[in-house]
Amino acid sequence: MNAVETRGIKKYFGSGETRVEALRETDFEARFGELTFVVGPSGSGKTTLLSVVAGLLNHDGGSLQVLDSDMATLSDAERLSFRRQNIGFLFQQYNLLPALTAVENVAVPLIANRVPRRRAEVRAAALLETVGLAPRMHAIPSELSGGQKQRVALARALVHEPKLVICDEPTAALDHKTGDAVMNLLAEHALSPDRAVVVVTHDTRVLQFGDRIAYMDDGRIVRTEERTDVAEAS
Amino acid sequence: MRFIAIRMLTAERSKYLGLIFAIAFCTFLLQNQSSIFAGILKRTGSQIADVTDASVWVMDPKTEYFEQTKALKDTDLLRVRGVPGVDWAVRLFKGSPIAKTESGKYAVTFMIGIDASTLVGAPRKMLLGRWQDLVRPDSVIIDRAGYQLLYPGEPERLGRTIELNDHRVTIVGISDASAPFVSWPVMHARYSEAVLFQGQERKQLSYVLARPVAGVTPEELCARIEKATGLRARTTDQFRWDCIRYYMRNTGIPVNFGITIAIALVVGTVVAGQTFYLFTVDNLRQFGTLKAIGVADRTLVGMILLQGLMAGAIGFAIGTGMEVTFVEIFLRKIATRGLILLWQNVALTAGCILFVIVLASWLSIRRVLRLEAATVFRS
Repeated sequence: MNAVETRGIKKYFGSGETRVEALRETDFEARFGELTFVVGPSGSGKTTLLSVVAGLLNHDGGSLQVLDSDMATLSDAERLSFRRQNIGFLFQQYNLLPALTAVENVAVPLIANRVPRRRAEVRAAALLETVGLAPRMHAIPSELSGGQKQRVALARALVHEPKLVICDEPTAALDHKTGDAVMNLLAEHALSPDRAVVVVTHDTRVLQFGDRIAYMDDGRIVRTEERTDVAEAS
Repeated sequence: MRFIAIRMLTAERSKYLGLIFAIAFCTFLLQNQSSIFAGILKRTGSQIADVTDASVWVMDPKTEYFEQTKALKDTDLLRVRGVPGVDWAVRLFKGSPIAKTESGKYAVTFMIGIDASTLVGAPRKMLLGRWQDLVRPDSVIIDRAGYQLLYPGEPERLGRTIELNDHRVTIVGISDASAPFVSWPVMHARYSEAVLFQGQERKQLSYVLARPVAGVTPEELCARIEKATGLRARTTDQFRWDCIRYYMRNTGIPVNFGITIAIALVVGTVVAGQTFYLFTVDNLRQFGTLKAIGVADRTLVGMILLQGLMAGAIGFAIGTGMEVTFVEIFLRKIATRGLILLWQNVALTAGCILFVIVLASWLSIRRVLRLEAATVFRS
């Protein structure tokens, strides 16, 4: 079963003459147990696709199945709840809350899911340990390096055990070595048979970590490569 | 999520302190100006409030406030006494003779002449001497502020002599009279002597003080006196409020203070409101992240309100503390004695601060609610 399946999905911004078609009948799939890259030039619609898949933006046409749910039929509240429980995010700029310590940042998705703070922080601390940040769990983001911040962000994306992890340029702000380390952690901890990972990236150096690559251009997926092809591509 | 809201608020010390102190100074300014305003208006009826023996004041029908007196006829006292329900009625004189000390220092005074046989209207709060000593010939009681005005820097002592309209009088007591509207010494003397200090006029009786018999309320007695004599009769409270209303209507005091209070409110709203709004705008990415993670709009609204109310409460508490300190300090100074911080001032200011916070929170909430969670993907 596919974790994400879009068929003929459309997304417009603006109206009238200024209308921009960001997604043009896009077909996209992401499977459980796989890390799927979405690559393409700037303005090709990658981030819009990611936002629509994550339920952050409504789509204007086509069908969108995420984790076996038809997103078009969900109300705003249901979509919010769905996102809170089933989706983890990893951002290019980490988007950690600067006032919170690493362990508190990681605990946020659990707290948002009404897990008591103490229990949430115990679980967050355990996850920080698995990404090698146990000694820095009480540091605030400004005291962490870029790689450490992204590891905290990764732990936050996984702490509530989401079935879908969505990553937007997770290595863009990192040097090659740190980027590789983060991708290794992502592949190691995020991937499981009941979880799918979708990564939007410009960074071709990390494509080796993927099972599939979807190439986007002008609002459409123009080509998809499977793992055997990925090795050649990278 | 409450702890996240509080951490977000307090994380950046400079912004947090800026917000707190903007609210604190707004609070201080509002309470300060409104309490000085209340204090000044309270002074307009100080000499009325100081007369604790009588509950009814009888005066010329055209009298509007304490300082504005048109003398009554001596027979008016008898007419008041004849009204059913009057327990007793005595006369009161109010004049403003010039007092001169041995050293030549002089000042216009508030001279209160009281009934010699009952001493009704004598100052009851004495700092030195006894009010009963007013029965002695050529004696006056002066308030502390007046004493310090006439004898600056000199120790307070009884037995000093003052010249009042070519009469030598002896200070037999120093009272703690409430501060009058203008900073004149407040003096009490027997009626028969007080009228001499002022200088002879055809009619001298300023007010008749009266008290109702048991079972008759002051309001009821006022109505009876007005009906029977055609004079104006007011209870102590009514007369004090008459004075306050007169000054409110006929002086620039309310306008001046109103402008200051309005400026404090506008500046406070703009500074505190804008600081809080900018604080939210600076944190939009964080709110966007929380939205993306799945935090509901109502939770974010709760977080912003908590931040606003917390900043408002702390700022209000600090501002109120500053005002209480100000009042405590200036209450002890002669010139500013009588300064009061009424609970109404505090409540009004709390309402204003709440308005500022709600307004700033509303603007912030609008901004956050309009924020698209997808913006978190923008670098």
